[in-house]
Parts: sequence; C-alpha cells; structure tokens
Amino acid sequence: MTHPQTALPQHLLSAADLTRDAALLVLDTAEELARVADRPIKKLPTLRGRTVVNLFFEDSTRTRTSFEVAAKRLSADVINFSAKGSSVSKGESLKDTALTLEAMGADAVVCRHGASGAPHRLANWIRGSVVNAGDGTHEHPTQALLDAYTMRSRLGRIEALRVAIVGDVLHSRVARSNVLLLSTLGAEVTVVAPPTLLPVGVEHWPCAVSYDLDGVLPKSDVVMMLRVQRERMYGGFFPTTREYSRRYGLDARRMATLPDDAIVMHPGPMNRGVEIAAEVADSVRSTIVEQVANGVSVRMAVLYLLLGGGLVEATEVAA
Amino acid sequence: MSTSWVIRGARPLGGKAADLYVEDGALVDEAPVGAQVLDADGLVALPGLVDLHTHLREPGREDAETVETGTLAAALGGFTAVHAMANTEPVADVAGVVEQVWRLGIEAGHCDVHPVGAVTVGLAGEQLAELGAMADSAARVRVFSDDGRCVHDPLLMRRALEYVKAFDGVVAQHAQDPRLTEGAQMNEGPQSGRLGLAGWPAVAEEAVIARDCLLAAHVGSRVHFCHVSTAGSVEIVRWAKRKGWNVTAEVTPHHLLLTDDVVSSYDPVFKVNPPLRGSEDVEALREALADGTIDAVATDHAPHALEDKETEWAAAAFGMTGLETALSVVAAAMVETGRLDWSGVADRMSVRPARIGRLTAQGQPLLPGAPANLVLVDPAARVVVDPSTSASRSRNNPYAGRELPARVVATFLRGRPTVLDGKPA
Amino acid sequence: MTSAHPPARPVTGDPSVARPVLDAADVGRALTRIAHEIVERNHGAGDVVVLGIPTRGVSLARRVGARIDTIEAAGPTPVGSVDATMYRDDLRLRGVRALESTDIPPDGIDGKVVVLVDDVLFSGRTVRAALDALSDLGRPRAVQLAVLVDRGHRELPIRADYVGKNIPTSLTETVHVLLDETDGRDAVLLGPADLSRGETR
Repeated sequence: MTHPQTALPQHLLSAADLTRDAALLVLDTAEELARVADRPIKKLPTLRGRTVVNLFFEDSTRTRTSFEVAAKRLSADVINFSAKGSSVSKGESLKDTALTLEAMGADAVVCRHGASGAPHRLANWIRGSVVNAGDGTHEHPTQALLDAYTMRSRLGRIEALRVAIVGDVLHSRVARSNVLLLSTLGAEVTVVAPPTLLPVGVEHWPCAVSYDLDGVLPKSDVVMMLRVQRERMYGGFFPTTREYSRRYGLDARRMATLPDDAIVMHPGPMNRGVEIAAEVADSVRSTIVEQVANGVSVRMAVLYLLLGGGLVEATEVAA
Repeated sequence: MSTSWVIRGARPLGGKAADLYVEDGALVDEAPVGAQVLDADGLVALPGLVDLHTHLREPGREDAETVETGTLAAALGGFTAVHAMANTEPVADVAGVVEQVWRLGIEAGHCDVHPVGAVTVGLAGEQLAELGAMADSAARVRVFSDDGRCVHDPLLMRRALEYVKAFDGVVAQHAQDPRLTEGAQMNEGPQSGRLGLAGWPAVAEEAVIARDCLLAAHVGSRVHFCHVSTAGSVEIVRWAKRKGWNVTAEVTPHHLLLTDDVVSSYDPVFKVNPPLRGSEDVEALREALADGTIDAVATDHAPHALEDKETEWAAAAFGMTGLETALSVVAAAMVETGRLDWSGVADRMSVRPARIGRLTAQGQPLLPGAPANLVLVDPAARVVVDPSTSASRSRNNPYAGRELPARVVATFLRGRPTVLDGKPA
Repeated sequence: MTSAHPPARPVTGDPSVARPVLDAADVGRALTRIAHEIVERNHGAGDVVVLGIPTRGVSLARRVGARIDTIEAAGPTPVGSVDATMYRDDLRLRGVRALESTDIPPDGIDGKVVVLVDDVLFSGRTVRAALDALSDLGRPRAVQLAVLVDRGHRELPIRADYVGKNIPTSLTETVHVLLDETDGRDAVLLGPADLSRGETR
C-alpha cells in the first residue's frame, strides 16, 4: 500500500477537492484504522496535543458523535461548540465565531452549517483545517467517503460499480458529494428522482439521470436511498408522501429486482415507510449499521491525514 | 476657486481635440478672461454621467452610506446626477422623505440627487404611495420604483403605470416574480445545482417584464426596467420596442462583466439582486446595450456594512457598490471590445438616462450654452481596484484587485469642479 | 498543503553513486546468523513472534522467521508486522505519511517474546514508536530488537539485541538497504546524504 506524493488539501470542503489518489489514500488509511476498533486499546496517540473543534450550527448528534469518537481515538482534544446555548444563537456572526476558535488554537474545525458554503467562508478566516461536515444543500464529503468505504468493503471495489442514488437530489448534500467522489473513483452513478427534485443543470454532473426507479434497479450494484426531508413533503415537490413512496420508495418487491449481490445504503436518519420499507432497512443487503461504524474509521483517516503531518513544517522539509 | 475654466485639448466624445470654455456654470464659445486652465491633453470629455439607480441608504442605514459619501463616490465616478432609490428607512414614499434626500444632496454638493419615489406605501405592494405629492414636491420626482421589491400585483402595476402619466412620470420596475424566487440565492443553472444554492430562474425576471410591456402598451404608458440581467429579458424588450411601445431598460456594469462562475468562492461580495448570470446572458446584454435595445447603464450601487457581507452566503445582503467603477467597467465590457465608442458611452450613461429621468440640465451635448456638466476621462489609464480607497462608506466592491481600463480625471457640476486630478476638488 | 511529501519508506539518495558495504551473500549470512542467535538466546523459538517494521523490516522478518523454522522443527514461527507511524514523535516535522499494515499473528503477543525487525537502526525513534505501538497491542513477556544494519547516532537509550552489521557512518551519509522483495536485489549501500527526500537513514 503506497501512495507516493499523495496529500490531502489543507481543507476538506468538497468531495471535488479529492483526487483519485487522495481519495484512495483516505480509504486505505481508514481500512488500517478500522482495525484499531478491534483492539483492547482503541486509542492512538497520534494527535496528542491537537485540538479539534466540532462546530455544529445544526443539530446532528450522529455526525458530531462520529467525529468526536474519531478525534478522541486519535487522542486529540475535542471541543464541542454547538450553536445552541452559545453566543452564536445570540447573533454572533460566523466570522466572530471563527476568530474565537482561532484564538482557542483550533487545529481543525469540523463544521456543520445550514448555509451552503459556510465552511468555505470559515476556511478564509482560520489557519487550521476545516472539515465540511455538511453545509446546507451543498456537500457532505466525509459521508461520501464512508459510503465509498462501505461499498468497497462489501463489494471489493468501486471501479465500474453501478450506483443508483435515489430521492431528493436537489436538496441533498450527500448526493452531491457522492456523485463527485464516486465518479472520481470510477463508479457509474445514476441519480433517480422525480424531475422536481433534480437540480437544474444535473445533466452536466458526472452521472446519468433517470426518473424511473424500476428501470434502474435491475442494473444497480448499489442503491443509495436519500432521506425525504419533512419540509419537502409539504413543499409541493410531489403530490403526497404516499405517491412519492409508491414511485420512489424502496420496498421488498423492488428490492427483489436487484442483482444478487447488490447492497442497499441510506445515510440516515431513515423515514421507514417513506423512502425505505422497514424490511428493506433490516435486510442482509442493508449496510446502514456498517455505515455508522465505518464513519468513525473514515473520519479518523481524514483527521489524521489533515493533521498528522506538520503543515508549515512539512513545506520546509519538502522544499 | 475660479468659476471659469479653459479645458485645453480634451477630445469631446472621443473625437478631435478641442478647447472647452466654462463660465458661470455653462459652456461658452470664447475663452473667458482670467480663466483657470486645465490641461486635458489626451483626455476624453463626456457629458456628466447620470445614474438612474443608486442606493444612498440615507435615511436609515447611514452606517452603510450617506448622501454625502455616496454622492462623493458618484462624482469620483464621473456622475453629475444620481437617482436615489426609495428603499430607505423610512421608505421614500411621501413628499417629506424625498424632499429630505433632495436637500441632503444639495448640501453635499457633489452631484445632483434626484430622489426616486416608492410606487407603493412602504414598498409593501398593496397601496399606491402619494405619487402626485412626490411629483409636485421640491424634489420633483419623476421616477417611481419599489426597487428591491417587485410591484407584483398586476392590477396595482396597471394603476401605477396609468397614474404617473399625469406628471410624465415613469415606473421603474424591479422585475422579480416573488413566488419563483422564494429563498433564491443565485442564478439558477449548472452552477447553482453544483453549489447547492437555491436557484433564481431567468423566467422570474422575464415573465414580469413581458407582463409589464403588455400592460404599458395596454394603458399607453411608459415603463422602465431596472437592471435587466438575462438574454430572455433582452429579447422581450427588443420585441416591445419593435412594436413601438414606450419601454426602456437599464443594465448594471456588473451584469456586463461578471458571470455566476465567481460564486463558487461563496464570497457574498458577489451576491446581488438580480443575480450574476451566465456568459450567454452577459453576451446578450452587451449586444443589447450596443444596439440600443438597452437604453442605459445604471449602477445599482448598493453599499452594505461589513457585517452584512462578511457572513455565510445565505445570510448576506444582496448588492455591490458600483459608482466609482461604473465607467471603467463599461470601458472594459463595451469600449475595449469595440461594441461602443465614447460617443456611445455618453449616450448610454448620460444622454438616455437623463431623458428617462426627465432631467433637462443633464445629458446635454458639449456645446456652448449647455450647462457645464461634464467629465474628463483618461482612456489610456489602467487602474487596479482597491476598495479600501473608496469614497463610499462601504467596501463591497466585487472588482477588488482587478485591473480595469480608464480613469475619471475631473468632473464638473454646473461649471464647478467636484473632482480634479482624480481626487475630490 | 505541500505536494512533495516523501513516500513512507523511500530508498533514499541515488544508489548509483553509493558504495556497496554488504552484497547479497553478506545479507543472507547476516540474517542466518541473527536467526541462530535468536534461537540460542531464547533457548528455542517456541514463544518467539517475529514482527517486522514496514516496509523492509517486514521482508526481513519473514526471512528471519523462515530461517528459524529451518533451525527449529517446532513449527512455523509466527511472523507479522507492526506499523509505528501513528506513534511517531516526528509526525509534525514532515508531511503526513500513509499508514502501513499492522498484522499480528492470530495467537497474539501476550506472554510471547517479540523480536522486532528493522532494516537500519539509526536514531532509535522508529523503534521507540514501535515499542509504544506494541504496548497497545498486548503485553509480550519480552521484546528484542534485530536490525540488519546499525549505523550509530542514537538519540534514545535503545540498542539492538541482534545486529547484522555495524556500519560507522557520518551524519552526512545515507544507508540504502535494497531487498529482493522491494528492490529486486539484496545489497546495502553507503552513499552521500540526499536531503531532498527528507529522510536520512
């Protein structure tokens, strides 16, 4: 396992920031780090003395916990800075928050924000690394990395895998990051959605587009079901939840049309009975529980690769 | 300072060099005795620029701009008249507010300030404001606009178009269908899809423009469209003009130069209403300005305090400054590309906007007897834009660090220099 | 971030200008001797687990393990690897490194005699990191160290139990260990420093 001359950019803001080699470096590193979870001592000293700030402007216990466990397994100090109950909710600007974190000496800021591009702004104001943990309807690159990791560990490869991403592509940061990363890694991605839930310009994305789930399923190695946000259910994007479920939900009958080895993924949290039937979520094809476990390994890999080397010092040594 | 001037060797409208003589606020045909001499060798002389669309923010947001700072920026940009938009706090929807803004303009003395009156009370789009009272006030309002909001109710728009005929007013429509742009953040297209920013479809502008062209024709009024930004809008205006309807349109400098590609930085300095569009739109706007389909360049100078721009994209205010860079941007987009000569620039930035605003003392030919409102431009200069040196109180200039052609050397307002050697006189 | 990170364990310098100090036969003899010494020191190889430090230490560990098996008939000696990257104290001094594999034999290392194997012993910092890694993986009865080359210049109180060859060096020199598995041939070369690769061994 060698990755000569491969490095991550300073920040992980978009899955598009990752070259094929860099993405593979993350996945390979995560694979090694996954084994730490099986040891009696689940902790590595690597990031001792480093500070990782979880800056969450939106509630997401699952993502925040995943990053927190990852950082702690690498011995980093973790500060959870949630918008609720802090000065952020009293109108402090993103910039002031950034300057505060900078003063605290944050080496990495893991940022979840409701506004697309907020981590990009943050990256202009702080010296440490910024990891986008989901920004608005833009991207969620570590989710895409853990999804790719899950596919590779289940199916042995990503190259030439046929991946269907189904649901609210328009508003999904998971879909955007996955389309970018999986195409970088050589998968054949098809996004499947009602036309109202596809963004304008999707034809320029590195993926195929379909409105017909039943037509795509038999030709899919991976089906990734996207969550239907509650506010979309009443936003006029589709007539009723029942109709959405009938046309774009994955139930047992539809699952039976998948090839034998195909897997079913969901970034969570699920709306059982809407985009995914309970018997599908709980089936052997489902990777939903693994995805959570893999999230920790992948985020450990990202934090290690962003913080493990010396940024300034590295430049000097390499010069 | 002397009230009479000899402007030596300037090239009126970019033509042959000639001396211009200024005395008692007007151009005269002989060198006045004891006149001060200004060497204008190589400089282009244009009639003072007229902006149909400026946000001076006073009253209400004096932290972002005041009449004093905004009009000084205007003078430095070569303007001798600006139309101050109505979306202040309080809204300029009664005679008292427009007269206040008008007086502040006179006190500042950098350029003429013509307040724009709101079409509807509080810009709320529900009830006509006292348009007649504003027209009859000392400010003599002729342009009415709810800019920032669209007069969306078709019946209300019809009434407004009809009503202003009584005093030769014009409704300047901010064409934006509110339902189609709920939460919209940037031009809807491939870029908005990639960036995960809610899209602002071209049709939201074009549908309103089409409707208002038809309404204006139906009631026999004139209508003006603020900041048209799409190729489709251009087509509709072109069609309406061909029909002989009394339709005029403006384009902003930034829509002539920038595309939505710059949004990928998520830097809200590029967040503007209407949004920056695609390159085909920029191309269509340039062509339309060149062939006269679009009548005027208007800055939509929209200063904002730092805290309203140094935020995440969605939380930031819409708008960018533009008074000081307008002429340079037009030079880059239109003159350097060979689409307009300096005479054309004078027409689109002074003559026609003055006509639309019914300003009789502005946009006049540089001939003896005309009021001495003029600007001297160095067409060969190149300037790197540095917002920190701006006279505007705000710094949200989208051209920071860009090198642009042409520089305003001097501006004269009724024979009195407001700018000399590129600095406030 | 910089684009020029050194690979994990590069062959540093240009071997073409380096002077050979061990040839293939020397390397073979040194490993055979080390295997014998391990068996002798531990009164057999029953509890011995040989763990290489990636990259070349792993190849050497496999060879040492195989040689022990030819000496002792007790059965295949467990061989594995321990990657010390995450335990290094110089991570901040250079670009980030890709991880190498850690493979602990199925029976683990608790109560065993672990022989760590590396190609070159220099500052001792890699071995220090490997010792830390080991302590997170289990509790061996004893840990011993075998190296093909000891070039001196220790920065920590660490010494090798088994040394193929002591090669006194200057700090401006570079030791190149070439192995058949990774480099196509067995040799140890001594060359001028190659600081451009960021790693002097």
